[in-house]
Amino acid sequence: MIRRLTAILAVVTAFAAASAPAAAEWLVTSLSKHRIQVTSNFGGEDLVLFGSVERDAATIPRRGGYDIVVTVTGPRKTFVTRRKERRLGIWINVDSREFDGTPTFLAVLTNRPVDQIASEDVRRRLKIGLDYQSLPQQNGANVADVVPEDAFRKAFIRINVQHQLYQESANAVTFLTPNLFRAAIPLPASVPVGTYAIDVKLLADGALIARTTSAFEVIKAGFEQIVADTAHQQPFLYGLITALMALLTGWLASVVFRRD
Amino acid sequence: MEIYLPIADLPVNVFLILGMGIAVGFISGMFGIGGGFLMTPLLIFVGIAPAVAVASVSTHIAASSCSGAIAYWRRNAIDVPLALMLLAGGILGTMSGVWLFTKLRSVDQLDLVIGLSYVTLLTTVGALMILESVRAVRRSRQGQPPVPRRPGSHAWFHGLPFKLRFKRSKIYVSAIPVWAIGFIIGFLGAVMGIGGGFILVPMLIYFLRVPTVTVIGTSLVLQLVTMASATVLHATTNQLVDAVLALMLMTGGVIGAQFGARAGQKLSGEWLRLLLGMLVLAVGLRFATQLVVTPSDPYSIRVVEVLR
Repeated sequence: MIRRLTAILAVVTAFAAASAPAAAEWLVTSLSKHRIQVTSNFGGEDLVLFGSVERDAATIPRRGGYDIVVTVTGPRKTFVTRRKERRLGIWINVDSREFDGTPTFLAVLTNRPVDQIASEDVRRRLKIGLDYQSLPQQNGANVADVVPEDAFRKAFIRINVQHQLYQESANAVTFLTPNLFRAAIPLPASVPVGTYAIDVKLLADGALIARTTSAFEVIKAGFEQIVADTAHQQPFLYGLITALMALLTGWLASVVFRRD
Repeated sequence: MEIYLPIADLPVNVFLILGMGIAVGFISGMFGIGGGFLMTPLLIFVGIAPAVAVASVSTHIAASSCSGAIAYWRRNAIDVPLALMLLAGGILGTMSGVWLFTKLRSVDQLDLVIGLSYVTLLTTVGALMILESVRAVRRSRQGQPPVPRRPGSHAWFHGLPFKLRFKRSKIYVSAIPVWAIGFIIGFLGAVMGIGGGFILVPMLIYFLRVPTVTVIGTSLVLQLVTMASATVLHATTNQLVDAVLALMLMTGGVIGAQFGARAGQKLSGEWLRLLLGMLVLAVGLRFATQLVVTPSDPYSIRVVEVLR
């Protein structure tokens, strides 16, 4: 009796999964904060993303469990990567590549190493991992992304990883229950100001099941904002005030430490 | 205690920056120099972008030379007409320096140029100072007066036109070398982030024969004005002056300078010059090794700035 029931249930679920793709899992995420304020005592911050893998009665259970890939992309800027070489005894920049519209911050956070989550092919297609992010280079008039082995590209990623601006972490995502996860996004103190996009991918058995996006912003606040805004919007006034501040400090010192 | 610098865009330790200000201030008070040639490399070393370091140090030097200039003003040890003539060249030099700085930044060879100019300038000036002071020390050991009598012979630039008489310094020289010296100091200051005191004082003594009474006060006035205008110009053209960083540096600097000045009075002039010469040479050699030694990473990255 029970055996027959199970068989019927299995057939029904299989049928439901095949006929209605809407019955697959979907993602619900929530961010601990949508605005990071860089104030004078800012020393980096950890942002937390909570997420849940939602499923309905018709969803088939996954034997291999779920994988989560969180990709955080910071504001884009144009970078130049230079290579030094010894010329006439001294080290000077000889060669360079321009990286157009490249993220200033990039974090790939997963629950286990990316090579265990999906095959190389899938990773390349879904841009999973630092190696498969698109970092288009300008060489002369051509703009193209290059192979992950490109020396300039590797150096660019390596230097950014050293500064914690690019990160790949295989244990930043933890599953609290089989369906509930938590991702820690570590933002270093040197995090650039701007809008950040978060892309959350749900994978199972090496294939993409669901995807959702979110965003947050990093802004200068308080005193930092006033100083930076004045410097950029009223440069002459800012320079004048700074110079006057210097003269005042010098004058104060000569008064305070006067010995005659 | 960390504080976030609004223009340099990175957090720094307040006590580290104050400490650097005090240390460099001590040296600058001891030798009567601005100390920019020490401060700029130190800031680059703690991770501040070279361009921001050069621009912010100019504000710091403006403050330290201001307090020095006021002290000399009270003692009536400033030759105002000479300072004004030097300034005429100085402002022009600062403007060309800031212009070149902006150009070099756009072609991204600023680091190399700053490095090379530090090496050439500091090693040459440092070596010359050591040679000169060793000779002076030796002379005083032999019981002769430490400073040889001023040679009566005239160099070629003493025959130039536009002769002017500077009463306070008791000299009669052409305006052209005065302008040229002012221009060189203003130019170097803007490009390298140095006040130029350690070059200006010897230049005024050797080329213009300015007496010791007025030389430091006058050079401080020149540094004060060129560095204050460099601050305004750097802020206007490149928006690189970090006021928070500059304020911390100058606070430490003026305190350190007081102690340095007291320490300096315990040493004789030749020994002071010898020590300063060695310090200048050491910084120059430090930059030289940086250019010659294989870097740990041949690659470097930088944001491409949108130039207005």
